[in-house]
Amino acid sequence: MATPILDRNLHLRAIDAYIDPSVPRERAIITHGHADHARSGHGAVLATPDTIAIMQTRYGADCAGRFEPLDFGVPLRIDDVTITLFPAGHILGSAQVLIEQGGQRVVVTGDYKRLADRTSQPYELVACDLLVTEATFGLPVFQHPHPRVEIGRLLQSVVDQPDRSHLVGCYALGKAQRVIALLRDAGYEAPIYLHGAMPALCALYEERGVALGDLRPALDVPKAELAGAIVIAPPSAIRDRWSRRFPDPVVCQASGWMSVKQRARQALVELPLVISDHCDWGELQQTISETGAETVWVTHGREDGLVHWCRSQGLAAEPLDIQGFADEGSEGEAA
Amino acid sequence: MKHFAQLLELLALTPSRTRKLAALTRYFREVPDPDRGYALAVLTGTLSIANVKPALLKEVVLAEVDPALFAMSYDYVGDLGETIALIWPHHASGGELPTLSELVELFNTTSRREMPGVIAGLLTRAEINERWALVKLTTGALRIGVSARLAKTALAEMSGVELQAIEEVWHGLSVPYDPLFAWLEGRAGRPDIDQSARFHPLMLSNPIEDKDFERLAPCDFAAEWKWDGIRVQLAIDGARVSLFSRTGDDIAAAFPDIIDNVSGRAVLDGELLVGREFAAASFNDLQQRLNRKTATPAHLRDSPAFIRVYDMLFDGSEDIRTLDWTARRARLEAWFAANPQSRLDVSEVLNFKDWAALAALRRQGADEHGHEGVMIKLRSSPYVPGRPKGYWFKWKRDPNVVDAVLMYAQRGHGKRSSYYSDYTFGVWKGNEIVPIGKAYFGFTDEELKQLDSWIRSHTTGSFGPVREVSKELVFEVAFDSAQLSTRHKSGVALRFPRINRIRWDKPAREAGTLEDMMVFVGAGSD
Repeated sequence: MATPILDRNLHLRAIDAYIDPSVPRERAIITHGHADHARSGHGAVLATPDTIAIMQTRYGADCAGRFEPLDFGVPLRIDDVTITLFPAGHILGSAQVLIEQGGQRVVVTGDYKRLADRTSQPYELVACDLLVTEATFGLPVFQHPHPRVEIGRLLQSVVDQPDRSHLVGCYALGKAQRVIALLRDAGYEAPIYLHGAMPALCALYEERGVALGDLRPALDVPKAELAGAIVIAPPSAIRDRWSRRFPDPVVCQASGWMSVKQRARQALVELPLVISDHCDWGELQQTISETGAETVWVTHGREDGLVHWCRSQGLAAEPLDIQGFADEGSEGEAA
Repeated sequence: MKHFAQLLELLALTPSRTRKLAALTRYFREVPDPDRGYALAVLTGTLSIANVKPALLKEVVLAEVDPALFAMSYDYVGDLGETIALIWPHHASGGELPTLSELVELFNTTSRREMPGVIAGLLTRAEINERWALVKLTTGALRIGVSARLAKTALAEMSGVELQAIEEVWHGLSVPYDPLFAWLEGRAGRPDIDQSARFHPLMLSNPIEDKDFERLAPCDFAAEWKWDGIRVQLAIDGARVSLFSRTGDDIAAAFPDIIDNVSGRAVLDGELLVGREFAAASFNDLQQRLNRKTATPAHLRDSPAFIRVYDMLFDGSEDIRTLDWTARRARLEAWFAANPQSRLDVSEVLNFKDWAALAALRRQGADEHGHEGVMIKLRSSPYVPGRPKGYWFKWKRDPNVVDAVLMYAQRGHGKRSSYYSDYTFGVWKGNEIVPIGKAYFGFTDEELKQLDSWIRSHTTGSFGPVREVSKELVFEVAFDSAQLSTRHKSGVALRFPRINRIRWDKPAREAGTLEDMMVFVGAGSD
C-alpha cells in the first residue's frame, strides 16, 4: 500500500486535521461524544450535529472555537480530500470517518457496534483499504449475549426481589439511554429513577427523538417508594454513599466487561448485565473481513489479540499506541 | 445442571453471607437426591472427577482456539476455568444438559479416548452459565466465596441439626450423601460411622492482649511452645487411622510415614511437623509436603513427618472432652506410657512463675530456637470446639522486620492485571543487592497506585511481564522467620513476608544487608 494519507497519530496531513485528538488542536474531527474521544478546547470541530449537541451539553456551548456540523453520508470536499461520516451505531451521533484521497480509502471507526438499537443511528459498513478499528473487546473471551436476554435477567430479578431496589450502574452518555430504551422495549412502563448525572443527557436524547418514558429524579423520593424500583446511576455512585438512600439495593452494572464473573465479583456487582456498546470479538472479525481492508490499525483496547488474528488472516496489521488515550488495562467510558 | 449453574452464579456474586445461606438452604430443600448430594460434594470440595483434569480441558479448548489468543485471554481474565468458559467458540442449543449426577456418571464412565469429544459436545450445548459451572465442576477450583463450612451451615439451617453434629459425621460419609439427607430430613437416624472417620471440630485460641495479663493469674495457666507447623487431629483406631487438617480435610494420604507407624486407640490434637529425631525443621521443609496428594520417597527420606501432641479428645473410645485440661494432660501422658510411639511425641509444658518469666522465655525461645511464641491454656478448661473466650491464648513473637530495596515488579492477575503489584526486593551484599523475597500484599489500594506509577517511571529493563527498576525505593518488610535456601541467590528465604511500610523517605544505601539477615537465620535453625 502507498504511504497512508493518515498517519499513526490519526493526523490527516493534507488538511492538518486530527481525528479524536487528546490535546487541543486547530482542526479536529470528532467521532462521538465520549470523553476519551471528544475533548474541549479545539479550534474547529467537525462532527455530526448530534455529537456537537452532546459536546455542548457536556462541556458548554463554547467548548470549541467553531463547530462544523456534517450530516451522515454527505461528502465534504476540502482540496483533494473528501471526508464522509457514516453511522457507527455506538451512541447517538457516533460516526465512522471515511477519508478519500488519491484513490485511497481510509476508515476510522471510532467506537462502533453492529447490533441495531434505537438510541443510535444504525451502523453502516464502509469498504476501505486501510481500516483503523477500535478493539475494546478484542479478545475471543468477549462474546456478548443479546441485550434482550440481559434485560430479561434484570426484570426477573426485580420480580423475584420486590423489596429491593435495583441500582443499575451505567455511563451517563449512551449506556444509560440504551438500558432505559431496552427496558421500555421489554414492556417495563414503571417510572425509572435517575441519579443527578443523568437527566440532562436523557433530555437531549428525547429532544432528538429517542423516547425514554417516565423518568424521575431519585433525589428526595421516600425510601419506601423505591422498593422494587429501577434506578440508573453512574458506576461510581452505585457502591458509594449515594446508594445508602435505597432499600437494600441490588448492585447491577451494564457493561461488556461484566461477562468476566471474577471482575464482577471484585467490583461487588451482584447482578452483572453484559450490555455492550461495542463489537464483540466475532463482530470485530466480521467487520474487518467485510470492509475488505488490506491494512488494519488497531487501537483502543486489546490491540494485541486483534493484531494477532489479522496477521493470521494475511492482513497487514499493527497496534496504534496513541498518546493520551487511556492506559493499558483501564476500562474506558461506556464499554 | 441449569439449577446448579444458577446456584453457583448466585453464590459467586452475592456478597451477603445471609443470602448465600438462604440460596444454599433453598437448593438443598428443593433439589432431589442424588443431585443435591453431588452439589454438596462440589461445594465442599469432596467431589473429584478423576478423568477430567484442567490439562485435558485446556487441550480440548486449544484444539479449537489459537493458543496465542488463549494465552492473552487467560492473562486478561486471570482464571483458567472462566477463560475456558468464555472463550469456547461453538454454540448450539441441543436441549437441556444432563443433570449433575448424570454428568458425574458420564465422566466416570467415559474412556480417556472419548473424553475430549464428550467435553467438547457438552461445552457446545451449554449456556454460558452452565459452561462456567461445568468447568468449575470438573476443575474443582470454585473460587466463589463459599467455604465447606458455609455449605454445612446451610445443611444445619435446613434441618435444625447442629453444625457440629454434621461436622462430626462428615468424614465418615461419601458422595452423594443419601444417608446424611435422610437423617437431616428426619427420615432416618444419625448415620452410623466409624469412630476413626469422625472429625471432631478443633478448639482454637485467641490472641492474648496486654490487658489480659492483669486479670489472669499465672498459676491457673499452663504454657507450651507455639509450634510452627500445621494443626492436625489424629484419630487412631487400631489399623484404621485418619489425619485431619484444622478445617476437617483428610490429609492422611500425604503422610503415610505417620499413618503406618502409629498404634493404639485415641483421638489426639497436635502439630504436624517434619524433621528427624523429633527436631522440627523449618516450615519451608514442611511446605514441600503440604498440598500434595501423596508423598515421594525423597520426602519420606529427607523430611520425615511427626506430630507433637498437645491434647487428647478420646482416650480409647471414651470421650474426655468434658474433662479439664489437667486431667486430659494426665490421660495423654498415661496413654503415651502405655502406647510407645515412634512418630508422636508430647509437647513440653513450660515452667514459669509469673507473666514476666513467661515473657522472658518467649523471647528466648524466639531468639534461640525460632519458636513462634507460646500458647497459654487455662488448666480448668474443657475441650470446647470453636474459639471460646478465656480458655486458650496464643502469644506470638514480635515479627521481624528488615529494610529491603525494590528490585523487580511484576503485574498481578485479574483485577490487578493492569498494575505492577508483585514485588521482589533485596538487601545489600557488599556493593550489590541480592533478592531475598517477594511480596504482593501489605499495602493499600492507594499505595498500589503510587507504587505502580513509580515503577513505570523508574523502569530500567523489561523481561516479559517483569520490570527491573532503579534500586532506589525501600520497603520495610515484615516476616515471621528467615531460613537458608538454595533457591534464592542470596541464600536466604523469608517466611510470610509482607510489605509493612513503604519508606519513600529512606535512601536505598541505608537498607539492610545480608549480614543483618543472617542473624534471623541463626535464630531459626535449631
